Amino acid sequence: MEGVRYEAPETLQAAVALLAGATGAARVLAGGTDVIVQMETDLIEPALLVDIKKIRETRQIVGENGGFRVGAAVPGMEIVAHAAFCKAWPGVVDGVKLIGSIQIKGRASMGGNLCNASPAADSVPPLIAAGAIARIIGPNGMREVPVEDIPIGPGKTSLAKGEIVVSFFLPPRPAHSGDAYQRFTPRTEMDIAVVGVAVNLTLDGGGTCTAARVALGAVAPTVLLVKEAADALIGTRLDDAALERLAKAASAACRPIDDKRGTREYRVKVAGVLAKRTAQQALERARAGR
Amino acid sequence: MSKKYHVTTTVNGDECEFLCEGQQTLLDVLRDELMLSGTKEGCGTGDCGACTVILDGTMVCSCLVLAVETEGGTIDTIEGMAKGEALHPLQRNFLELNGLQCGICTPGILIAARALLERNPDPTETEIRYWLAGNLCRCTGYDKIIRSVQAAAKEMRGGRS
Repeated sequence: MEGVRYEAPETLQAAVALLAGATGAARVLAGGTDVIVQMETDLIEPALLVDIKKIRETRQIVGENGGFRVGAAVPGMEIVAHAAFCKAWPGVVDGVKLIGSIQIKGRASMGGNLCNASPAADSVPPLIAAGAIARIIGPNGMREVPVEDIPIGPGKTSLAKGEIVVSFFLPPRPAHSGDAYQRFTPRTEMDIAVVGVAVNLTLDGGGTCTAARVALGAVAPTVLLVKEAADALIGTRLDDAALERLAKAASAACRPIDDKRGTREYRVKVAGVLAKRTAQQALERARAGR
Repeated sequence: MSKKYHVTTTVNGDECEFLCEGQQTLLDVLRDELMLSGTKEGCGTGDCGACTVILDGTMVCSCLVLAVETEGGTIDTIEGMAKGEALHPLQRNFLELNGLQCGICTPGILIAARALLERNPDPTETEIRYWLAGNLCRCTGYDKIIRSVQAAAKEMRGGRS
């Protein structure tokens, strides 16, 4: 590859102008842990890289309306070191902790994990279960989009030319809420999810589930938000029968590929088992009042 | 000719200037421009950790950093670990306890282990193993690597073994 032009603007407007005005292939550079690999392996040959890490809005975690706004380029190690965010959204942090090694997390961001659009991206199911809203800026201004609407297929997003994911808003949650993300991999570290499940739920004072969101990773071309799985929990105390219905709904939603990491049949089965385990972990966290 | 970028950084405490192309990685510049070949290239895709360096206080794979990104930054490599002739306790314990075989993974593991001990002077074996999960040893000498880190940690805490 020859002569990539590198720009590191300090404002969102300048970044959008660079991307929108690009004549050749252009890429946003955040942590680079996917983009640079794709360049090195000649999967992409961008003429322009726009590094967004010098833009303040992409690099900070701030409180907002009782929730959190997390910059799209905040590296994973900063997220896992942010005590208040870890307390508020432990399931999202579960996902971030599983992205690569410590070295990778020193650079990799949730914005990059989302925009790389792998169905196995570990931070995406918990963001979707959390009801996170992505703030996107582009040539036509700002828009706010649910995270689940951004990936549209492996490696493909709904972002238009010149658009950048700036940050994620994670809303405030009622008391007795909890979230969790678990994945299945043959190795405990440095592996890619065979199945990933995120559950976010809220209990009432008596321990009955009043709200839930369930997202599945690595079992379809995009991460799935599975309403039927959430409905299996809502109105229950997550007893065995409810967890069985959750497992069935999770398995039924899967449309996985067969590959070296797992067969189709295996992924469908594991999705149900993992959904139960993840729901139980989210339940424990909700009961603990987190 | 493709455009060259002029970059000024601090490498192992010394100011350092170099020219690079936009797509050149920090690893390439360290090894081929600055002749700091202690940092090794393993996979080139962020899986093996052989190229681990500290960039602005954060442990990163230098194969997944563009050299041009390091403008104004601070880089610490294995060449800065010993103070003159005096080896770092990690280096000495790796030598004494055979924490290396072929040695290709060793610079990255030493950098990573030092970063761990700076954050956590008394890590458990499990904590060491998880922290070093991004550093592959193709000789599979993991056990002696862990023992070497434990011995260095103990020494650095002031307890002789």
